Order: sequence, then structure tokens, then C-alpha cells
Amino acid sequence: MTDAPLLKVRDISKFYGARIGCKNVSFDLWPGEVLAVVGESGSGKTTLLNCLATRLMPSSGAVEYRMRDGEMRELSRMSEAERRFLMRTDWGFVHQNPADGLRMAVSAGANVGERLMAVGERHYGNIRETAGNWLGRVEISVDRIDDQPRAFSGGMRQRLQIARNLVTSPRLIFMDEPTGGLDVSVQARLLDLLRGLVQDLGLSAIIVTHDLAVARLLSHRMMVMKDGVVIEQGLTDRVLDDPREAYTQLLVSSILQV
Amino acid sequence: MPTPLVVSEVAKSFTMHLRDGIRLPVMSNVAFSVKAGECVVLGGPSGIGKSSLLKMVYGNYAVDSGQILIEHGGRLLDLATADPRTILSVRRATLGYVSQFLRTVPRVAAVDVVAEPLLGRGTAAAEAREIAEAMLARLNLPRELWQLPPATFSGGEQQRVNIARGFITDHRILLLDEPTASLDAKNRAVVVSMIEEKKAAGVALLGIFHDEDVREKVADRIVDVSAFSPRKAAA
Amino acid sequence: MTPDVPTSAGLATYNFAYLDEQTKRMIRRAILKAIAIPGYQVPFASREMPMPYGWGTGGVQVTAAILGPKDVLKVIDQGADDTTNAVSIRAFFQKVANVAVTTKTREATIIQTRHRIPEEKLTAGQTLVYQVPIPEPLRFLEPRETETRKMHALEEYGLMHVKLYEDIAKNGHIATTYAYPVKVEGRYVMDPSPTPKFDNPKMHRSEALQLFGAGREKRIYAVPPYTEVVSLDFEDHPFEIQTFDKPCALCGAENVYLDEVVLDDKGGRMFVCSDTDHCEERCANGHRGHLAYNKEAAE
Repeated sequence: MTDAPLLKVRDISKFYGARIGCKNVSFDLWPGEVLAVVGESGSGKTTLLNCLATRLMPSSGAVEYRMRDGEMRELSRMSEAERRFLMRTDWGFVHQNPADGLRMAVSAGANVGERLMAVGERHYGNIRETAGNWLGRVEISVDRIDDQPRAFSGGMRQRLQIARNLVTSPRLIFMDEPTGGLDVSVQARLLDLLRGLVQDLGLSAIIVTHDLAVARLLSHRMMVMKDGVVIEQGLTDRVLDDPREAYTQLLVSSILQV
Repeated sequence: MPTPLVVSEVAKSFTMHLRDGIRLPVMSNVAFSVKAGECVVLGGPSGIGKSSLLKMVYGNYAVDSGQILIEHGGRLLDLATADPRTILSVRRATLGYVSQFLRTVPRVAAVDVVAEPLLGRGTAAAEAREIAEAMLARLNLPRELWQLPPATFSGGEQQRVNIARGFITDHRILLLDEPTASLDAKNRAVVVSMIEEKKAAGVALLGIFHDEDVREKVADRIVDVSAFSPRKAAA
Repeated sequence: MTPDVPTSAGLATYNFAYLDEQTKRMIRRAILKAIAIPGYQVPFASREMPMPYGWGTGGVQVTAAILGPKDVLKVIDQGADDTTNAVSIRAFFQKVANVAVTTKTREATIIQTRHRIPEEKLTAGQTLVYQVPIPEPLRFLEPRETETRKMHALEEYGLMHVKLYEDIAKNGHIATTYAYPVKVEGRYVMDPSPTPKFDNPKMHRSEALQLFGAGREKRIYAVPPYTEVVSLDFEDHPFEIQTFDKPCALCGAENVYLDEVVLDDKGGRMFVCSDTDHCEERCANGHRGHLAYNKEAAE
């Protein structure tokens, strides 16, 4: 870990007219750190994620990102071309619904290879080999490389989406409910995979989830949101085991015990 | 050499918002220290807050006031006010913890659960696995379980995985929350000798042991937690 | 009808080359912009033409906008001067512009084409006008026009190679044989219209001006003379043009693009030049293929 944060978020607010999306959110994210943003639906966590990932323009506030050359750049001051380049090289975005993050009518291999081709890789054999390796890493059999994701199960699609995002060795991944809508057993497999990848690759990640178990398993640090505002944040096990705010206590006490 | 762990003037309470915001004072004026090579045992009746105190020292519970000074990376820092990133780095390098229960991760083999703290400290995977296997062998965990995820293990088996994981590193401070609770005599003896080795290596240990036999063998000093409990004051 | 409009032989209600002058100016402006930004698709206010979409309304509007009284026009359809589309468009301009027409590539100043580039090398001063059905090469992978425009603007062309990748994954080689995407002057990726990829190398550094008109889609784009036009490919699957086993059955030409002609219902077939002018000229110069009509033998 280096001593400079990867992402500096200062007073990010997003208003939809008079309605608050999220308000005055500030935090730093360090390399290798996984931050979970939890809260019930409508709490503003996805709005916040989209503001950070430049998919939404915040109403106010600033997000700075440390580029590979070490320079801190404010995202809103970058050109669209730079932002999009960042999005498909140094960043990843894992959507809750894999169909939003995949090209459903294009083979699994091309889905993974697209980012490589986008950054100028022009050797078919190399692209295919890399794509095959990544399918292996996300536990998709390499003989499915020419199948379209349409023919994949929900869990496989989600793993394919993750491979597609990780192939350019990004440093920061945004995830929006990555395990939402999956069966519990499929979820466990995906969580374990994500945990391993984050650890092996030293990724930083911001994960939006309403599932506290997912947050506990994957994240180092946690922010609890309610009505667009961060009401509590800290070490994940501290927030979960010793919640201070009324709402957090309610959330934690609402977890079903198995 | 400075004292690895000094706790002073620590107070802790829980506010139960779901029960009309009642405030439960748990502890006040906590003060004790643990020297290198010393094993301090937290004593007192059950329910007095021994586990809570251990969790506070580990940063798992926040404290209301006071200092928890830890020697980390050649300097002293106050865990009571440290940011999450610092606490994580302290846990990775300086402060180890063996809890009563193993929080299992799906699909990860026992041997990898044990080796993980070493990997986090930069040990090569093959070497870490080798050391992990030696630990499990020493704790008499049947070899056929090593490659299985511990979720389906018995309480005693899980406990041994947990101990192996906690003892595998050379953390300078080790917190032990009833590590021998569900072990048989043979394995208790193994744990006792492992604690002795840690002491000989200059590790500061802070633990809870209900088993009197073990406690007498390992404890250099007993800190009575009921002295910090507000319930004692009320009595 | 106003009585004082000058009339001339049967064309009383038409302006020269059918389109009114304001429309021609609008199209010329689009053409100038297209030439200034090679490969970039310039939107234009495509007009209704007296022919259906898909019959070359884009090409016809471009031709009408650049045609002058002294021009000599050639029109080809799949290389042939004598198919319906070519004959109709040629007749149209004869009627509405009264221009000279030809089938000889060399003599033409403007050649309007559907899906071929003549075999004979075009020279400086000539203009080739392509009829384009779908100008957007990225459309089949990204249907949103807002997104494809952005991709062009930001030069994000990874998707184009995704298409070629899929080709190789499915067929073992790049199976795209026509409308093969090219990169123009190292910047814009362009659809060369559904010409066979055999013709792609002819576009590269061509001496002639190449204009592309898509009527239904309302786009004009251009490749100015001497512009780099490079076909996209992979290092290990380089771009290749089609090759033919046999020469033209009529004129014996090699290294030209051949059409298959079915001769009977017993499987008989022959391969002949798709460029009819090229074939006829070779025949007139005494070249003979193995199925050529042999006058002396017949006598």
C-alpha cells in the first residue's frame, strides 16, 4: 500500500430537482481497499456510485483520482474522451444485471477481449489466449469461449462480466449489487471468487450492496447511507459488531440468522 | 523496549437505540498493560465484559474515551482514535486475535484459511502453505480435513483451525478469546506449549481462559475486569 | 404553372440535373465538409427522389449536385453498365441534365457506382460516386446512433475489431467479404459501401475523388484523392482480397473480380469479369477466354 489515496471524494451531492439523491459525501479510498456502501433501496447508494464512476454528473463536490503516473486528476475536469478511456482501462463497472454490462449477442471470448482490442491489441491469437485464461479464472470452462452470454446462467453471466472488466488489470472496480438476483449457492461462489481476485490483484473496490453479509465478507471499510446521507462509517467489523446509529443498529438486528 | 500494549482511562458504553435509546455503561477507567513476553489473563465472572474488552483492544468495538497504545512499526499509536486503515495495518502486522468462533469463508480450504495471514504479510504461497500444514499437524487436525472448507467441521476442529491461523504469524501482540474452550486435554496441552513459545519469543499475550488448569499454566498476571465494571460499583 | 418560365425540349418543369439550386448548394456544402474530414459522415437534408430508397437515391443526389453540362457520366451496377439500375440512372441524367454518357471508364469524368470500383485505374480529375445503403460501420454491434457518433468522435474503435474477432472465432478466418471496414487517413473508420473487399486496395491513395451518398440515412462522406485507406485486420490474420482460380471465361483476364454466371440447369457455370467495360475492351483487343465466342470457328 502506498501512502496516497487512489480516490478522494469531497462533498459529493446529487439533487434530482428538490429531491436528494445523495448529500455531502466525502471519503478517501486507498489502493487495495474495498469499501462497502450499504443501506436500503432508495438510500442513495447507487446514485453515489454513479456519481463516482462518472455515469452521473454530481450537482456539487469533487472526485479526484490518482492516475497511473501518480497525478491526481479531478474527474469533472477531464475530457469525455479521457473519462471513457479511464472507464475501459483503469476502471471497471460491474452491473447488478449482467445484461447491462455485457454484449449479449457477442461471444464470451469477444466480450472479454473487447477491452484489449479497445486499447490497441491487434493479435487475434493473443487476445483469444488472454480471454481463455480469464474465463478460467472466473471458473467458466474454456470450451464456452465461442458461446454467447445469452446461453449462460445468471451466475456465469455475472462471472463473465467480472472477467470482461478485469482483463485490462484495472485498479478500481465499482460494483452495484454484484450478487443481487443470484441463488445463495451461486452467490457464495461469486463472493469467494471476488474476494480472491481482489486480494490477488490488489484491487480497490467500491461495492454497493444491501446485503450486510456480502459487505462483511468482501469489504475492509463500510459506509451506511440513509436518505442520501452517510450516517455511519468505519471498519466493517466495527460497524457491524458495534453499530452506533439507530438505523445501523436496526439494519444489523434485521439480519436473518441461519 | 517499550511496553507493547498499554490501556488507560478507557470507557465504553452501548446505546440501544432500538430500546428507546437506553445507555448501557459497560466499562470505565480501564487501565492495564501487557509487557513483552508476558501473558496477562482477564479474570472475573462471566458476563462482566471480558470479551468486550478484548474486542475493544482489537478495534472491533469502539471506545468512548481513553487510550489504547500499541507499539506498531517502531512507534506508538493510539488504537482508540486510529482510522480504519491504520487499524487494519496494525492487525496485519502487530495485533493478532484468536476468537472463540471461526468465521468461515465459503469454499476456502482449512489449510488456506490458516495460511492467509502469512500471505497478507508477503510470504510466498508455497511456503505459507507448508507452515500452515505444520501448524495443523501439530494441533492434530486429521490430514484429510486440510483441503476441506471448515464450515462443516466440528466445534473443536474449527477451533484448532482458528488457533493455527492466529498463531501462525509473528505478531508482537496476541489476543486470545478462550482458545481452548472446546479442546480435549491433549490439544489443550499443545496450545499451552504454543503460548509458552510465544512468550519465550517476546510476544505480549492478553487472553481469556475459563479453564483454570490452562489459566494457571500460562498466566503471569490476572487483571480483574470486574474492577472496571460499573456493575461492581453499583453492587 | 407560370407562363414566363423558359421552356426547353420536354423539360419545362425541371431544373438542370433535377435538383433545385438551393438543394444542390446544401449538398455541395456537405460534400466540401466531407472532403475536409475524410471518412467522417456528414448529415445532409436528403431529398425525395423519383426512385425508391435502395435504388441509389444518395448517389444520385451527390451526382446531381456535382454534375456540370460538360461532364461525361458513367453509371455501373455491380460493375455492369447494362443492368436496370445503371441504365435507369444513366437515362435519368441524360434526360434531366442532357449530359454526355459513356460506358468507358477512361472517358468518364463522373462514375456513379453501386457496389464496385472499376478495374481500370482511376485518374486525377475523375470522381467516383458510391451508392451507400448503411453508412455506419459500427451499427451492427452498437445500434444506438448517439453512441456510435460518440465512438467516432472519441476514436473508440475497439468494437470494430470485436466484429472481426467474431468472424475468425466462427469461421477460422475473417469472413467479411464486402463492406469491409477501413480506416481513413488514420482517423475515421468507414464503411466502403457493399463493394467486395477485392476493391478495398483500390481506394488507398486513389488519384480520383471518392464521394459516398446514403439517401435514406441522410449521410455523405468522402475520401479525397491520395488519401490513406487501410483495411482493418489482426496481425495474425492480415487483410486479404479474394482470389479466383481461373481467369475470366470471356476475356481471359486475371486478377480481376469475377461474377459467377449459371449457364444451364445441369450445373454449368462460368466466371466472367464483373466489370463489363473492362471485359469488352479486352475482347475488342483480341484477348480470349476459354468460353469466348469464336467468330472464326463459327464461320
